[in-house]
Amino acid sequence: MNNENPLRNEIVTQDKKAKKKNVPASAKNKTLLATPYGLWMAAFIIIPLILVLYYGLTDGNGNFTLDNLTLIANPINRKALWLSLKLSVISTVICLLLAYPLALILKSMKLKDNSFIVMIVILPMWMNFLLRTIAWQNILEKNGVINTILEALHLPALNIINTPTAIVLGMVYNFLPFMILPIYNTLAKIDDNVINAARDLGANGWVTFKRVIFPLSMPGVISGITMVFVPSLTTFAISTILGGSKIVLIGNVIEQQFQKLGNWNTGSGLSLVLMVFILVSMTAVAKYDKDSEGTNAW
Amino acid sequence: MVNNKLIDLINISKSYNGNVIIDDLNLYVRENEFLTFLGPSGCGKTTTLRMIGGFETPDQGKIIFDGKDITKLPPNERQLNTVFQKYALFTHMTIAENIAFGLKIKKKSKAYIDDKIKYALKLVNLDGYGNRMPDSLSGGQQQRIAIARAIVNEPKVLLLDEPLGALDLKLRQDMQYELIRLKNELGITFIYVTHDQEEALTMSDTIMVMNQGYIQQIGTPEKIYNEPENAFVADFIGESNIIGATMVRDRLVNILGANFPCVDEGFGENKPVDVVIRPEDIDLVAPEDGIIKGRVTSLIFKGVHYEMDVMANGYEWLVHSTDLSPVGSEVGLRVDPFDIQIMKKPESVDEEAVVNNEQ
Amino acid sequence: MVKKIAGKLYISLIVLFLYAPILVLIVLSFNKSKSRNKWGGFTFEWYQSLFQNDDIMTALYTTLIIALLSAVIATIIGTAASIGMSSMKKVPRTIMMGITNIPMLNADIVTGISLMLLFVAVNYTLGFSSVLLAHITFNIPYVILSVMPRLKQTNRNTYEAALDLGASPMKAFFKVVFPDIMPGVISGFMLAFTMSLDDFIITHFTRGAAVNTLSTKIYAETRKGIKPEMYALSTLLFLSVLLLLIIINRRNDSINKKRSM
Repeated sequence: MNNENPLRNEIVTQDKKAKKKNVPASAKNKTLLATPYGLWMAAFIIIPLILVLYYGLTDGNGNFTLDNLTLIANPINRKALWLSLKLSVISTVICLLLAYPLALILKSMKLKDNSFIVMIVILPMWMNFLLRTIAWQNILEKNGVINTILEALHLPALNIINTPTAIVLGMVYNFLPFMILPIYNTLAKIDDNVINAARDLGANGWVTFKRVIFPLSMPGVISGITMVFVPSLTTFAISTILGGSKIVLIGNVIEQQFQKLGNWNTGSGLSLVLMVFILVSMTAVAKYDKDSEGTNAW
Repeated sequence: MVNNKLIDLINISKSYNGNVIIDDLNLYVRENEFLTFLGPSGCGKTTTLRMIGGFETPDQGKIIFDGKDITKLPPNERQLNTVFQKYALFTHMTIAENIAFGLKIKKKSKAYIDDKIKYALKLVNLDGYGNRMPDSLSGGQQQRIAIARAIVNEPKVLLLDEPLGALDLKLRQDMQYELIRLKNELGITFIYVTHDQEEALTMSDTIMVMNQGYIQQIGTPEKIYNEPENAFVADFIGESNIIGATMVRDRLVNILGANFPCVDEGFGENKPVDVVIRPEDIDLVAPEDGIIKGRVTSLIFKGVHYEMDVMANGYEWLVHSTDLSPVGSEVGLRVDPFDIQIMKKPESVDEEAVVNNEQ
Repeated sequence: MVKKIAGKLYISLIVLFLYAPILVLIVLSFNKSKSRNKWGGFTFEWYQSLFQNDDIMTALYTTLIIALLSAVIATIIGTAASIGMSSMKKVPRTIMMGITNIPMLNADIVTGISLMLLFVAVNYTLGFSSVLLAHITFNIPYVILSVMPRLKQTNRNTYEAALDLGASPMKAFFKVVFPDIMPGVISGFMLAFTMSLDDFIITHFTRGAAVNTLSTKIYAETRKGIKPEMYALSTLLFLSVLLLLIIINRRNDSINKKRSM
């Protein structure tokens, strides 16, 4: 109404100035912070994988070929892949069977501070993983710790070293923490009253577990399975150390193609075949673990 | 009409980590009763409820349910159901599956279960929500589903642990009426835990006031409100003026130097007592017409009434009235003899808990 | 009662399983005999000769420096990325988070060979820097995974309160938001450091011939026989980390005690 009032004009102008000064950081400015990472991702995650794809589908001269992929069918590779699958599945199952009860027990202990458990379980990782695996060699071999004890008790010696059993043991040993933590994390998040509600409605311990606790723990279970299955499937260090030169896993085959033979094409091709299994695991995690509850164990 | 004793708690005691939560509690619950455990946080009301439900075991004492000793029985074998404070719905199941949970365990037929689900959803006014997931419902809706899930199992007793705590005021009031309607329609016993005295007064047939593990008073809402038996109950329920006084003789009490006629007898002669007068029971009259005289020191408009502080004879009286007296005015105070409640001064251990609480 | 005892017994067995090889290694570090199986008497000599062994010391420095540098750089990039991503719209953010998960869920061997192919394709000589770049790459996702949840938890209102009280956006961020997410940043850094320290497979493929970390050195010696100095070194590293964690835990406890007083 009073546009001619000089005082009013002054107030309006001051308001405009104030607005310009205190503009809160727009979302746009903040998202720019992710640009360095975006570039890094493209350069060091995406492009390298594309390169694997490229090498896997071409021969030494750059011509398209499926030969690298069909290499998986040849007897040595087939045997290696089959053995890898067998051993990694067994290891994953054992890890699950060992870790789940442990997670349940820890939950029932109602620990106030998560981090103590994390400390105990993660602490062994501070010892070099190769050395820890080598230590198992020490424990398992013919004159190793186990057999020395058995001998003292006049019991027959166990021949575990350099057998698939030793490798399974190595896999379970190295990857068990990766199964324990996500499962414990998801279990810890289950409200005690939800379990009480199930009992209140008539469910005994087993039914409560089957219909309430286990389904609610699925994100952690899937995450744990992936974090054990994929490294077990693709390892070559564990088979080298605990399997001697006798046991060849698909990881060994691929490693040799690259480091010893310089066959990048065949190596990549075999890797692509392996990626199928890895992608299946990744999709499972994406589907079940939408809130990254499992991977948040870290 | 005498209702049977459905639940009997006998000499119940419970401690945690050396702290005594419940000490020698005795209580019975009648059939078809809406009984509320009322008290401040930590008074033991939830622990008592949980012991009835089976989620805690008493260190001493027995719990008798419908004639049977259920003290050692696990929750899944008791004929009661609980509505938990934060609903505790199964987030990985649909609403219908949540409701059907107890029925499936009892191995009821599919037709029966479907019928029951429909009935339950209708009862809580959530028709058609069967296929939704709990996370997609609002707090009030989740609460109603939690109730539905419990009552489909036709328990004899429904235990409710502060179920309305997380809801906003209007919703809470609506739900209170819902719960009363449910109780009447289902004809079962409700045991309700809350720290909200208004809630307790609105819904209950009987209120049990607790503090520090002891029962302070059990009675109907009217009795608890109008005739509190000790200072704690008087202070916890509603607002009140609690003043130390002297019982001159039967039917006459001396408060702050003035003699007030009252209706209580049997408190002795010239004995110290506590007196409770509700703010709405004080009449402000012309100074010369009052039993004592004072000056208004504060005036606040509360919508329902005016709230005034009146300084009279050395005590700041709290007065509620629909008429206002301005700050600074001289007024006289009158109280109808019937509205003066006399209480014994605390003497025994459990009453000491009251005194300690006030300190 | 029986349940509780069985539970504790089970936990002890698992803990024993996890720590058995570590005990073996610690014992071996004091073993006079170089043989892995025969006990030749107690000695400290390996701890002494350790510091005189140039090979091992070089590998140790390399390992530590790479771990430190890659963790620091990954923390900076990762924290910035987390802040950036939290302001993104849902779709771009989901895509970025998806790609972030790839190095963690993917097999190390695939990550290793893919990076090697990258370096070779651009004629980048494999050596210290290629290993560093590789370590940064797999470290960033761990940082993001530590910082993002913290960021989600941070109350938006505290940032706005700071603005309301007159702080510029930058000041508000550094004085209010950053300290709030600091625990996530620190745990991300620690996690990245650990992962880098222990990495073998990715380093194996990206190191070329000249550079050695402790892991690759050990692997090279697997056939020949591990030098006892390695056992000594690992024991020292383990004990120092244990000590560090105990100190941090104690400090946290006393801070919490002071806060609740």
